[in-house]
Amino acid sequence: MKAYLMFRDRDFNPQAQLPTNTPDLVHDLELNTLFNAMALGDSFLFDIAKTAVLTGLNDIDSILYRQELLRDCLSNASVIREIYQIPIKSMDREHRRWLGIFTHSPSGVLNSAVNLMDMFIVLLKELRVLADKHSEEFKSEGFKRFFAMIKHELSDEYFAEVEFHLKQLKFRDGVLISAELGKGNEGENYALRLPNGKKKIRLKDVFIRKSPEYSFTISERDDAGARALGDLKDRGENSAANSLAQATDHIENFFKMLRNELAFYIGCINLKEQLEQIGNPITFPVPELANIRQHTFQGMYDVSLALTMKQTIVGNNINAEGKNLAVITGANQGGKSTFLRSIGLSQLMMQAGMFVPAREFSANVCSGVFTHYRRKEDASMKSGKLDEELSRMSVIVDQIKPDSLMLFNESFAATNEREGSEIARQITSALLERNVKVFFVTHMYEFARIFYEKQMSDAIFLRAERKTGGRRTFKLTVGEPLPTSYGEDVFKVIFEKEVSNG
Amino acid sequence: MPIPSVLYPSNSDYPVEESLAIPDFFTDINLDQIVDAITDRKQDYNLLPFFYAPLRRIEEIKFRQDIFKDMENESVLKAIKTFAEKIALVRRYLNMIEKLYFKYHQEGWFLEAGVTYCEAVQGLVSDLQAAPIRSKGLVDLLDYIREYIVSPGFLILQSESLERKAELSSIQYNVIIKGNWVRVRKYESEIDYSKEVEQTFEKFKQGEVKNYRIDLLIASGMNHVEAQIVDCVAKLFPDIFKRLSLYCQNHTNFIDKVILTFDRQIQFYVAYIDFIEDLKSKGLKFCYPIITKDKAIHAKETFDFALAKKLISESEPVVCNDFYLKGKERIFVVSGPNQGGKTTFARMFGQLHYLASLGCPIPGKEATLYHFDQIFTHFEKEEDIRNLRGKLQDDLVRIHKILESATSESIIIMNEIFTSTTLMDAIFLSKEIIQRIIRLDALAVCVTFIDELSTMGEQTVSMVSTVVPENPTQRTFKIVRMPADGLSYAICIAEKYHLTYESIKERILQ
Repeated sequence: MKAYLMFRDRDFNPQAQLPTNTPDLVHDLELNTLFNAMALGDSFLFDIAKTAVLTGLNDIDSILYRQELLRDCLSNASVIREIYQIPIKSMDREHRRWLGIFTHSPSGVLNSAVNLMDMFIVLLKELRVLADKHSEEFKSEGFKRFFAMIKHELSDEYFAEVEFHLKQLKFRDGVLISAELGKGNEGENYALRLPNGKKKIRLKDVFIRKSPEYSFTISERDDAGARALGDLKDRGENSAANSLAQATDHIENFFKMLRNELAFYIGCINLKEQLEQIGNPITFPVPELANIRQHTFQGMYDVSLALTMKQTIVGNNINAEGKNLAVITGANQGGKSTFLRSIGLSQLMMQAGMFVPAREFSANVCSGVFTHYRRKEDASMKSGKLDEELSRMSVIVDQIKPDSLMLFNESFAATNEREGSEIARQITSALLERNVKVFFVTHMYEFARIFYEKQMSDAIFLRAERKTGGRRTFKLTVGEPLPTSYGEDVFKVIFEKEVSNG
Repeated sequence: MPIPSVLYPSNSDYPVEESLAIPDFFTDINLDQIVDAITDRKQDYNLLPFFYAPLRRIEEIKFRQDIFKDMENESVLKAIKTFAEKIALVRRYLNMIEKLYFKYHQEGWFLEAGVTYCEAVQGLVSDLQAAPIRSKGLVDLLDYIREYIVSPGFLILQSESLERKAELSSIQYNVIIKGNWVRVRKYESEIDYSKEVEQTFEKFKQGEVKNYRIDLLIASGMNHVEAQIVDCVAKLFPDIFKRLSLYCQNHTNFIDKVILTFDRQIQFYVAYIDFIEDLKSKGLKFCYPIITKDKAIHAKETFDFALAKKLISESEPVVCNDFYLKGKERIFVVSGPNQGGKTTFARMFGQLHYLASLGCPIPGKEATLYHFDQIFTHFEKEEDIRNLRGKLQDDLVRIHKILESATSESIIIMNEIFTSTTLMDAIFLSKEIIQRIIRLDALAVCVTFIDELSTMGEQTVSMVSTVVPENPTQRTFKIVRMPADGLSYAICIAEKYHLTYESIKERILQ
């Protein structure tokens, strides 16, 4: 029994290996703000959101499969939340610890497993009831399959069979064990047997037979004898106890998996409801193949910023179809960093199968997202700043593959502009050569100019807009790089504030 | 038919009485470490006496070398090991029976011993027949066992063992436990409930889960409840158990004496082969030395067995050495820097000869060794350093005794004699002693700091421990045949500290 709510043909692995650059991504793209919005204080939801977003999908089909499921979830939010409660109950109950306590004896294991199974059966029945009631309301391939599977596997006949065994395994009429004579005539191959004529004849009746039978009784005071009998029962029950205990594990794992996979959609529902409340649009993105270059969107905004500010954010409209390089220059605090972050966030969300923060959005999938942001001075004082930046870059180069997305924010500016530009030029040229898609936010006019003058057809140059009078719109427009970044403006804003405050 | 032995040829006057007395020189040349390590895991077989008894005739050595060569073949070694493991089981079962309480339990284990014994013997014959054996020792033994296994006694034991075992194994029974009431009856094809349970829940399988099967630590043995159950089983199958009792009465003392002796003696070879296997796997070579009455001897790529074992366990490289004597040469005079492998060389020389005299393969690529009558060693005794006069006296007494007992066929190994007396004394005394050894015409290794000893005559050969020229503090552990020239080493040290003649001239400016 598989839920297959995250992938068409495999389980979602909540312990999946995150990319090695995860800390950088989380930091540079403010991912925790996104995860927190999805989790709403639930650390489990947080972890699932984090894993799902950081281990995204690379093929369009899988993305669309998840998008379809997510649409179902968004329109049946209350049913999804109800189903999500079933695995939660299976975890919360104190019964869970039963198996841990009695593991020193097979009969202890068997006993606990029977009790645990009794409880699981109740929950599985609840799941059946929900499936019976709501399956018609779901349209996606994934949920249709899921509900059909529940109805088929958890039929009334099946529940009857399970309940028969759970009753039988309490051994009200004695334990039947077969054995053989091993070396030294010592009994071996003890195996629990189901009395002949099961289900129809009661155990008691089966034991009344014509074949010879010899018996003896252990004296009430014979403790050693009682222990020996216990040992025999243990040897007989060991295998059955193991089977049943493993079955409870499997069911528990089924519930865990169901919980893991639903948790992602619960997170998405949570996020959608918050963005709706703030009044920001969402859309299901159109993914393109990795070897195509596409980045076209309307009203794309920084979801982290929106969640933090709790207000409507002005989005950007860009058409970067066929572009492999985007160089973003322009005014300080003109929204360059916000824009770069929204590029990274939208890419990760799209590839996780989520909706994206925009009115319209289409981009090619990429084989990985990498960020290289200028950092504050290295606290450990181990190396100089440029040193540190280059060593980080070297780690990225070890990992990056063609068709990755590389986001630079003010990189390699820790030296003078000429040197910094030359380093940046060499690195960027090499990445483009290897089909890495590059977004580069920079102050370095020299660097921007070099690429601008090449007049490459696959490069786009964006500028943080500056309206007359120094007022910023936080919107980017296409435009050639300019030799100043308007630091003077910022200076003025701050100093004027001082003046007016004073 | 003479009783075949795999340690001594049939015309040999061995076995003499087994002695547990360690030969005097054992500890000096670390043979005690080697032999203890070889026999350590085979304590049950009491192999030490075999290692304390060198062979007196070259043909006896050849006899064992041939068996060793046969056993180098994997199938032969495996055949013997399989046999040994089974015989060990037989012994264990038989010993165990004496401690058991219940009749059917005892009889069951007795049958097991019988079955295992027949398997062991039968297996050994078929394995050895299929294997390429050429040595007289193993061929004779195989002939003996071949005859033994068609003897009526063995054939009856074998067939009855198998029949009894088959009958007992065919028994299947049910035990029904309810409270303290136990019923026993024949098994009637009831289905396996564990599988039934597993199938019912098959659909939930989600990959690997914990194993809940409890490791029940089932003590072999039988408690009174189990014994009562077996009593019931015996009532269910009375004929089978009657025949078992009869079998036990008819086959007391079923083990053949020759086979018992072989089982122990062959372990001498197995133990040694197992021990050198580790060193061989690390690339060290072993060879069968030619044993000669001629004193022109040699060995190539050989090493100190005890030291090699230690180095290998510490993942350190083992340095091999060569040596030879030709013409009138008799005495290795080993000099050179300390901790350079001089004493190791001396020990190695003794080990090689002794192990060769046991018929064992020895460390080295190839070797021709002398067939000695006795080995004498003189190594410094630590505690005597406190008492100079006593020590010198003691040294001389010991050496005198050695020279008294030694013959022209002996090997004498002397390590750093007279280190605690004056140089003049040491030179004088040493020369005197070397002179006597020369006159005796015995083979000797003499480790010394006195260079002069190496040029006392055509009987002495100078061997020198060497250092890395660029870094004199680093030893190569190579012992090389070359003139003893204390100077070369001194110059290396001097260069390192810029204290050579040239260096001092340059440093002391005019």
